[in-house]
Amino acid sequence: MTVRFQFVLGEVFSGLRRNTTMVVAVVLVTFVSLTFVGAAALLQAQIGKLKDDWYDLVEVSVFLCPQGSVVPTCAGGEATRAQVDAVRQIIDTELSDEVSAVYFESKEQAFEAFSERYPDGYQGTQLTAADMQASLRLKLADAEQFAVVSDVLSGRDGVEIVEDQRAVFEPLFRTLNVATLLAAGLAGVMLLAAVLLITTTIRLSAVSRRKETEIMRLVGASNLFIQLPFLLEGALAAVLGSLLAGGGLWLAVRFMVSDWLERSVDWVAYVSEVDVLRVAPLLVIMAVALAALSSFFTLNRYTRI
Amino acid sequence: MIRFENVSKVYARGARPALDQVSVDVERGEFVFLVGASGSGKSTFLSLVLREQRPTRGRVYVAGRDVANLSGWRVPTLRRQLGVVFQDFRLLQNKTVHENVAFALQVIGKPRHVIRDTVPEVLEMVGLTGKGKRMPTELSGGEQQRAAIARAIVNRPQILLADEPTGNLDPTTSLGIMRLLDRINRTGTTVVMATHDDEIVNEMRRRVVELSDGVVVRDEARGGYGEREAILPDVGASPVLDSPGSGTRAPVQTVRGV
Repeated sequence: MTVRFQFVLGEVFSGLRRNTTMVVAVVLVTFVSLTFVGAAALLQAQIGKLKDDWYDLVEVSVFLCPQGSVVPTCAGGEATRAQVDAVRQIIDTELSDEVSAVYFESKEQAFEAFSERYPDGYQGTQLTAADMQASLRLKLADAEQFAVVSDVLSGRDGVEIVEDQRAVFEPLFRTLNVATLLAAGLAGVMLLAAVLLITTTIRLSAVSRRKETEIMRLVGASNLFIQLPFLLEGALAAVLGSLLAGGGLWLAVRFMVSDWLERSVDWVAYVSEVDVLRVAPLLVIMAVALAALSSFFTLNRYTRI
Repeated sequence: MIRFENVSKVYARGARPALDQVSVDVERGEFVFLVGASGSGKSTFLSLVLREQRPTRGRVYVAGRDVANLSGWRVPTLRRQLGVVFQDFRLLQNKTVHENVAFALQVIGKPRHVIRDTVPEVLEMVGLTGKGKRMPTELSGGEQQRAAIARAIVNRPQILLADEPTGNLDPTTSLGIMRLLDRINRTGTTVVMATHDDEIVNEMRRRVVELSDGVVVRDEARGGYGEREAILPDVGASPVLDSPGSGTRAPVQTVRGV
């Protein structure tokens, strides 16, 4: 076992030495491609964090008719007590599955919250509780069920408008999703390049060691034993690339997100080094799979028994 | 030890078979010469024994195994019982003689102490004592072939296949190689040797199997090389060849209607 192990290891290193430039190319290409893969994964993690964070805070607001609204359902002026009760009744019966909690925010409460946020008045105006709008705040059991809630409540008497506050974040999420797709697309192209490069490297290595493998075949070395050095060679280079990618992502998150973004915009939950550590093993696994896949096809052609 | 039963091998569809209905039986411990012109099927015969190829028809048994139907992952086990020597030695140029021989044991996972003990023994047996540290390029052709033989027999194979092992060597050196092969044969190893060397075959007087166009045309227990084609075809009197420069012009031949 030890002789085999030493032998295989020796072959791997002599192969790596002989093909240094190609091996460096493989390392760099897997590095870049897996960095993109990792970036895509981190972007998705960021989206997840934001959703977790914000979806808990935001809810569906059912704004009740204020005075002087031009919406048809508000023709009767400010929403009456009876109208509000009727709406609550519907929420409790028809929407009991979708809505997990309801609370009423009166004009006074709304003004309180407003004053807290803008203690010096809003853009130079002095507002009073009378300028505020009463609303029903709904917490949804499943945030995705907004459409159902909106359908049921819109157009009721006393309801001016039903707003999903999550919609505010949609453009941001859309941007992040597009960025993810972009990173994933680039990753795909680079991964293809990586596979082709690994294939070429292994082929070169196999051709340059043709005499050795020929002798090995003839004296009865097992298939695995003949192919293992090549497999390991490709895998080692790819894993090195994936480690570089993990390191690169870690540095990026450490210095760009944790040290800089978090200090300038501090009310957002960001991905952290922990997320990188969670993504990194996946990158290593991908690298190994990549190398194994390319080796499998190449070796079956070049070192057949 | 090696048995061919009605073996045919066709390389390309429709081509003339490289072997055609060949049946040969080689007993354990025999020494067999495989003779015949280039392209007669000698190399195909050896590669079928090695299971580098499968026969198109018929069965090949080597050391009790049905080689034609041997699954791929068992092929290494078969080859560990075979040793092979080639005309061009096929030593690894970047390894010493000792390393070349040890390589054959390393790659089949023999433990270190076995390698350490066996390699010098085998080098001594083939007459390369003290030359283990030389590189192949520092050896004569005969010594290189001895190193190659050492590599072939270091794992004590039951069968030694030799594909024109003396093809690159002068007659004296060839004789030395033949003595070595004979000695290996006397230890019980079955030897099959493909060759063109009629002197050697005639001198050794061992079994001779002659192939011609893929067919066994002769199988003699203590045979000679057999009839060689005349090197020069009979040429009639030719003024140019017989008295060059004497001014006689060769008759002009015209070829028409080809």
